[in-house]
Parts: sequence; structure tokens; C-alpha cells
Amino acid sequence: MTSSYLLQQVLNGLVLGSVYALVAVGFSMIYGIVRLINFAHGDVLMVGAFTAFGILLVFGFPLWAAVLAVLTIGAILAMLIDLVAFRPQRNAPQVNGFITSLGVSILMQNLGILLLSGRPRPFNLPDWLRSNLEIAGARMTVLEVVTVVITLVVLAGLTLFVRGTRLGIGMRATAENPTAARLMGIRVNRAIATAFALGGALAGLAGLLYAGRAGQIHPLMGFVPGLKAFVAAVIGGVGSLVGAVLGGYLLGFAEVLFVGLMPPAYGSYRDAFVFGLLILILLIMPNGLMGRAAEERA
Amino acid sequence: MSLQRHHLAWGLLAAAVVALVAFAEARLSGYERTVMGFAGIYAMLAISLSFSNGLTGLFSLGHPAFMMVGGYVAAILTFPANRKGFMLPALPEWMATLEWSLFPATLAGGVAAAAVAVIAGFPVLRLRGHYLAVATLGLIIILRVVINNADGVTRGALGLNGIPRHTDLWWIFGWLALCLFVCWRLKYSSVGRSLLAIRENEMAAACMGVPRARAKLAAFALGAFFAGVGGALWAHLLTNLTPGSFSITLAFMLVVMVVVGGSGSLIGAAIAAVAITFLSEALRPVEQAVGAYGLVQIVIAVLLIAMLLLRPQGLFASAEPALLRPAPFRARRPRHPSQVEKREV
Repeated sequence: MTSSYLLQQVLNGLVLGSVYALVAVGFSMIYGIVRLINFAHGDVLMVGAFTAFGILLVFGFPLWAAVLAVLTIGAILAMLIDLVAFRPQRNAPQVNGFITSLGVSILMQNLGILLLSGRPRPFNLPDWLRSNLEIAGARMTVLEVVTVVITLVVLAGLTLFVRGTRLGIGMRATAENPTAARLMGIRVNRAIATAFALGGALAGLAGLLYAGRAGQIHPLMGFVPGLKAFVAAVIGGVGSLVGAVLGGYLLGFAEVLFVGLMPPAYGSYRDAFVFGLLILILLIMPNGLMGRAAEERA
Repeated sequence: MSLQRHHLAWGLLAAAVVALVAFAEARLSGYERTVMGFAGIYAMLAISLSFSNGLTGLFSLGHPAFMMVGGYVAAILTFPANRKGFMLPALPEWMATLEWSLFPATLAGGVAAAAVAVIAGFPVLRLRGHYLAVATLGLIIILRVVINNADGVTRGALGLNGIPRHTDLWWIFGWLALCLFVCWRLKYSSVGRSLLAIRENEMAAACMGVPRARAKLAAFALGAFFAGVGGALWAHLLTNLTPGSFSITLAFMLVVMVVVGGSGSLIGAAIAAVAITFLSEALRPVEQAVGAYGLVQIVIAVLLIAMLLLRPQGLFASAEPALLRPAPFRARRPRHPSQVEKREV
């Protein structure tokens, strides 16, 4: 095994991990603030991919317009889902929200099949994004470099936002204790809507990047990255943003290394490996890498 | 024990079902009997899921995984021995000559599924709520990958076809009755009370001396047993098996049935299962005529979301129809708001 091969695997892991981290952060943020496992998060990614498809390939707008559009559409869609499906049952048991999000996910996938047809469509980004760069014998496309850079920039910005701004502090207070936050004059619903909007925007962006990598889009494409992001968020400790990023990269690396280092015959065991890893980590660290222990009260 | 009103109600219900099955077997077409068979299988799956998920509060999505185990084990056991040689070349010799009949094969399928549930349950049941849901989802994916890759024994992603069509409505509704009987008796026993206590407040239950780990594992394994049986009946009704049929969508459908029926309500789950099966079967021609593929799923998803928003406790909450309940469990009208019980069972 040459060192450039190893470097190539590491870079692949970095790229895959970036996409997972983008989705996982939104997932984790929403969980942190409303204790909701949002299964529909992956489908926001799908809508983001289709938005990019429409803007870039149907209307022929430039790339920056597509980026702006996926961020906006993702944010609006996620807020809308919250408003219609989750807000009315804020006080219901947690499992109800989870089941609702499953329902929303199935609804969106099938609406996608109904309106856009289930047939995969080719999704080709402009050529300059697909050209290869060579880094110490390993190859990356421009898109992959952009993916990693965008992810790091966005995550840094998000951290600053949550740490420093009024709204970000309000979000953290709501995550800590919604009742107390409300008593302190924080607009809890606005904080929650912000979390959904940010998460949705990131998922939309991830949709553009994911579709660009995969080269095709279809209405069911959100399921696998959504599920993987969930696994990443759980590994990192749901509710922790740093944990979600960490979990995303860890999962990306683990997956790439598993496929890259195992004999090819075992490549198809990749998804089993991911979930095996999840169960193992949950057993050793039930709260994930960075999560706080949930208190059990009688 | 004197004859009470609920005995009569059960007797009438049983007679009606027997009459219906007899009529269906004699008069209805193969397609109609298949739809009815699926309704019965779904009812059994929903009842067992309502028992382990609804009553015990273990939010598992793993039913399709257990159906997969049950279905494949039973199908391999009943598969005609003369075709096993070239269809399933990697079978061990002692299995290659077996050709069981339906009943022992379904039983073996159920036991195998329960065994998988016990093995998986040791680690997985320590997780709660969403974590459990995702870990059991993982179980579906892991088992699917294993079956896809063990193609010498299962024919992998190609699917196992040519399974003898042994299942008829008598078998399905017989197993359904057994499942309902077992779950019902357990629900109205001290075991059921323990499980309910775990759902409502696990720590308080543990303080009252409920062996929570063992109770949860037992409820999980019981649910898995009937899921395995359901998978076995399914295999011998449809005559083919692919790992893809036991999808996450199926897990979702079963959860919808439990939620619509009311978490922990056995009869509610059965009614919801039958209603949803017939509804989706009735919508299928519409779907094809309009060319609007995905319509069935959309209707079901909207139904679910509306149900959760408007009546989150489901049709029957955790209770059963009053007519079928033994007298001590029948609802008493609350005399004063302070005496309103939180949940009726």
C-alpha cells in the first residue's frame, strides 16, 4: 500500500465526512432544541438537490444563484415543516414527533415521485468544478475541495453565531430549558424556528454538494445521507454541534477506510458496518462522544 | 366462572371470523383471498407490535427484520428438497434434504426470530426511545446486507422464489387468533401491568420491583416471535421472498397501524391494520389509472400526520373496546374531574 493511496483514502474520508457533518449539525441542532429526531431532514437535502437542478440545469443560472437558492429553500422548507407538523404537538410525547417526522419524510418522498417522477436524473455541475487537482499524488476534484472548504467555513460561522449572537444565545437557552427561557423573555418559538431554518439551509447546501458528487438525483436520494447523518449525530452525541461535526468526519473516515482497506468482497457490507459501529458506540458511550448524560428522574 | 357479557361478545366475534374465512375459502377469488390473507398477517404483526412497542413503550422499528428471519428460515425448511440442490447450493447437507410442512416451519421461523431478538435485545434494549428506534432500524439494514451476501443459502438479492404456497386463510387467521389470545391474556395479567408500568415510568417500575431488563426482553422477544411467524406466513402466501420487501417503509406502515389504533390497544391495532390494508389495496387501481405512483403512501402519510395532530392517542388509546373487556376493566364513568383516570387500559 503506497502512501499516496492512503492519502487518497484520507481525502475521500474528509469529503464524505464533510457532507455528513453538514447534515448532522442541522440534525443535532434541531434535536438539541426540541428533542426531536427529525427523519425528514434528509428529504430537505433531496429538495435542495432538486432546487439546484432546477436553477442550474433547467434555468441555466450561475452557481452562486443556486447556492443562494438551496440555502433559502432549505431554510423555508424546514421552518414550514416545523410550523405545520411539529409545533402543534410540542407538548406531546417525544415519540409522537419522531413518528410524525417519519410520516413527513414518506410524504415528501412520494410527493417527489408523484410530481418529479422516480426516475433518476443526471446532475452535472459545471466542468470547472469537476476538473481534477493533484495533491501529493492523490486526486481530488475542485468540487471536493470546495465541499471541504465550505463545510469548514459554514461550521465555523455557525459556532460563532450560536456562541455570540443574541439569537444564538436564545437558542442555547431554549435548548437548556424552554420554560425558563420563555420566562426570561426569550421568544422560544422564534429560537426553534431559527434552529430549523439553519438546519434546513445546511441540509439544502449538502443536497447540492451530495448531488454533485453522486452525479444524479432522485426523490429517494435523501434517505441514505439522512440516516447516515443521524448515525453521525448520535455517535457525536445528539444535541452537541461539535459532536455532530466530529461524528460526521469519524463516520466518513470509518466508511471510506472500511471500503478501502477491506478486500473488495466485503465492500457490500458497508452499511452493515455503519450500523454495527453505531450500536457498538452507543453501548460503550450511550450519550455519544460529546453528549451529556441524560438524567433519569422518577 | 359464570358466563359474562364479554364471553358472548368474543364468541360472536370468533364465529363471525370463522364464517368469513369459510366463505372466503369457498367463494372468493385467489386475488381476494390474498388481500384478505395480507390483512390478517398485517393484523397479527400490528397486534404484536402494539404489544411490544405500544404497551411496553419499546419504540422498535425492527419488525421487518424479524419477519425477514422468520420468512427465510421457514422458506428454507419447506423448500422442495429436489430443487434445493441447484437453487441453494451452500445449504448444509442435513438441511438440503429437509422438506417440512407449514406448521413446524412457521414455528421454527418464529423461534428463530425470537432468538435473534434475544441476542440483539441484550445490547439494543439498553438504549431508549429514539436510540432504540435507530438501532433496530440498523438491525433491518444489517440483516438485509447479510441475506444479500449469503446468496448460497438465500439466493441473495435475486430473491427466493418458488416457495410452495402452503398458507391459506385458516392458517393465517388461526395464528392471528393465537397471537391475539396470548397478547390479550398477557396484557390483562400482572405481566401486562409490569410492562405498562415500565412504559409509564421505568424508574418507578424498577422501584416497585419490576425486573425491567427481563420484562423488556421478554416483550421484545414475544413481538419478534409473532413477527417471525408473520414473515413465514407471508413467504408461503406470496411464494417469493426478497430482502428488499422487508423495508423501512414496511416498518413505517406497521408503526402507523399501531399509532392509528392506539399504542397498546390490540384490537385497535388489528382494526387499523385491516383498514389500512384494504384502503391501500382499494387505492392501487386508482394509482395505476391516474399514473400517480406514490399516491397510496401519500394518503397513508397524511392520514398518520392528521391522526397525530388531531387525536394523538389513536382510536382506542391504550384501551380495548368496552364490549370485549372483562368486567373489572370496563370503564366507570368518572364522578368528579379529580377522579378521571389518566389512561384506561
